[in-house]
Amino acid sequence: MKKILVANRGEIAVRIIRAARELGLKTVQVYSPADRDMLAASLADEAICLGDASQGSSAAKTYLHIPHILAAAAQSGADAVHPGYGFLSENAAFSAQVAAAGLIFIGPDAATINLMGDKVAARQSARAAGLATVPGSAGRIDSVAQAQSLAAEFGYPILIKAAAGGGGRGIRLVATPEELPRQIQQASQEAQAAFGDGGLYIEKFIRQARHIEVQILGDGQRALHVFERECSLQRRRQKIWEEAPSARLSPLLRQKFYDAAVRLAESVRYKGAGTMEFLFDDESEQFYFIEMNTRIQVEHPVSEMISGIDLVRGMIRIAAGESLPQAQSDIKAQGHAIEIRLNAEDPCENFMPSPGTITQLRIPGGPGVRFDSFIYDQAVIPPFYDSLLGKLIVHDGDRPQCLARLRRALGELRIGGVATTQALHLTLLDDPDVQQNRVSTNWLETWLPHHQAQLSDQASALHAKLSPLAAKGNLP
Amino acid sequence: MTATIKAPIPGTFYRQPAPGDPPFKDVGDTVAVGEVIGLIEVMKSFFDVKSKVSGKITAFLVENEAPVTAGEDLVTLAD
Repeated sequence: MKKILVANRGEIAVRIIRAARELGLKTVQVYSPADRDMLAASLADEAICLGDASQGSSAAKTYLHIPHILAAAAQSGADAVHPGYGFLSENAAFSAQVAAAGLIFIGPDAATINLMGDKVAARQSARAAGLATVPGSAGRIDSVAQAQSLAAEFGYPILIKAAAGGGGRGIRLVATPEELPRQIQQASQEAQAAFGDGGLYIEKFIRQARHIEVQILGDGQRALHVFERECSLQRRRQKIWEEAPSARLSPLLRQKFYDAAVRLAESVRYKGAGTMEFLFDDESEQFYFIEMNTRIQVEHPVSEMISGIDLVRGMIRIAAGESLPQAQSDIKAQGHAIEIRLNAEDPCENFMPSPGTITQLRIPGGPGVRFDSFIYDQAVIPPFYDSLLGKLIVHDGDRPQCLARLRRALGELRIGGVATTQALHLTLLDDPDVQQNRVSTNWLETWLPHHQAQLSDQASALHAKLSPLAAKGNLP
Repeated sequence: MTATIKAPIPGTFYRQPAPGDPPFKDVGDTVAVGEVIGLIEVMKSFFDVKSKVSGKITAFLVENEAPVTAGEDLVTLAD
């Protein structure tokens, strides 16, 4: 492997280029017309525009367009493709076509993506490896009647999920038996429209659930875990704040998670970086496998911070044919890490997206602070892609120190020109439940309506600190 | 008098609720205040474009799936 094509954008493209360069590899960055001036395009050794400007910058015509990406790889002589997260990262056809073109796909092969990327197939694999899954249909449901009888068995509320869904999309909560037939019909139509596959499955809804996931690195023979992350603070099932390790787990419970995750990864001979996601029932302390992500994740830095392992370099080396260099006992966790997601969204206006131009920027620094982002002063944030501007990650000796460091670093951050979720994170830091980690996957959505005044005050205070010219751009 | 419906936010303009569905509105249709005439996708979220005026649609100034800027005229209306 000599030259990696980065088939992504934003902060993860920058992250991949950094890892590649540290490994002595050349990089080719593809970009949409709207992303011409993005940071990754200027950092890479080469940059190639996807399609032509007249076709526009929609994801479908650019970062999701497999022929354009393969043409860029051929044109540049790249011998490997890193898909990042989102876009084509869990697309089995893309993995197969990259391999068929004689290139290395930095991630699992198409068969593994098909097996573990399909929610139903992944749950079947998990059960075969002896893991518990949330009580639910054994596979896709065939009829409303079948769903009704299963739901009666598990007890309401239940969740309806799209078999081809992901990232929190295609999920519906059903509280009563009366709602079920109509919700199934609508969910199936939506899944067909969104994913081209109307298949559904159902499962029991756990009231007090935490989201806990285990980072995995596998070389096709052996798999190692790089500890767990807790990502219970979510809005619309999108994570906004992630920690490693989970402060909720005892050492004994934690080990059970690791054993389960490694067992499942080895059972499918997993190759690359991946994440096993679990729901943890806070009341019973049972945990259930929910899905696997067969790619690097947004929140991977917290695991890197506590373990000292570079996961992106690791997945590249595995793809290049190396075996895992470590034994499990070589990997030690130290301290605590927290990541917060800075999205270009206005937390005071129901998280309305806020594309635009960055007009002022001061990036936090100092001990234990990492800022993974693609923004710079005058950077343009286009409306066509997701709203993630970057991630602020802090590491310190324990969780209380880590929270203090996060507050300090967030206080140093200034972003002008677009609305961001900075005020949300500062407000969350003031909350006793967050400070004590008394949270669940429903916590944030329940909290938000009762803290609009605090959010608004926090946003105004941040706004007042911007330079007058930059502050103007933040106004709606 | 000619009125217009403007894009409230930047993003990608869609004339129909989902791919394959009929459009919300066509030229010649009447529009009431508050009625949805299209969607704008911004950062993977979809928002309704609601008319602030009433009238009969005389033209769409922006094609389906075209990028739009905030405040851009999308539709012209006649009384």
